[in-house]
Amino acid sequence: MSELAKKRPEFRNINAFKDLTTYRLPPAGWVSILHRASGVIMFLLMPFIIWMFDVSVSSEISFSKFKAAFNSGLGFVPGAFIKLVALALIWAYLHHFIAGLRHLYMDVNHAVSKEFGKSSALVTLTLSIALTLVLGAKLFGLY
Amino acid sequence: MSVNYGSKRIVVGAHYGLRDWLAQRITGGLMALFTIILLAQVLLGSGPIGYDKWAGIFSAQWMKALTFSVIIALLYHVWIGVRDIFMDYVKPVGLRLTLQIFSIVWLVSCAGWAIQILWRL
Repeated sequence: MSELAKKRPEFRNINAFKDLTTYRLPPAGWVSILHRASGVIMFLLMPFIIWMFDVSVSSEISFSKFKAAFNSGLGFVPGAFIKLVALALIWAYLHHFIAGLRHLYMDVNHAVSKEFGKSSALVTLTLSIALTLVLGAKLFGLY
Repeated sequence: MSVNYGSKRIVVGAHYGLRDWLAQRITGGLMALFTIILLAQVLLGSGPIGYDKWAGIFSAQWMKALTFSVIIALLYHVWIGVRDIFMDYVKPVGLRLTLQIFSIVWLVSCAGWAIQILWRL
């Protein structure tokens, strides 16, 4: 037992580049860290979100500007890049939304098991990625 | 673990209790509800969505009031979220305080801008 214990790597003052890449996270761990990452993405892109709200809702003219930004770009930024940023936001929102509902469900139910933690994490990841792909295909005009 | 409560509590820490945890759930729930209400209005209406329909959704007085509440809920939800991230990853007090101040200015500015857009509809 002590032999085994000795071989286990110890992480103290971890190095973000060397150690984080060797971490093998369980699905619930991925949901957790991606919940955080998606939150940060939306926090930083908040001015872009409000700008979209502004131009889409203010007037007929600004609405056509909003549509044009996605089709023919805005200034030096190509439309495809704006679509890509919007897609990142779509994923971030979907993941944050579903992972948040998972949290709420677990809090209300508070009968949390290891199995449910894993299965609900897999559902969260699958659903958010699948919906992102469906909406992304629509955004890029595949259907 | 060193003592971090009473007079020894960390200045850039949180509220050491249930309040923020509960606030995060309530504001999140409200925003989820708003998402569903907004989606329902977009999807259930007839015809393709143009400016009139999109702006019409937000110009209804009850929707304005609800959206206002959601903006405030979002402000507080995001504040708790980024503050927790700073508390996890940023240990030097001065840097953490600087980031917290930046976040507050960023969030309050964004909320003000969003409310301004909403209120001139």
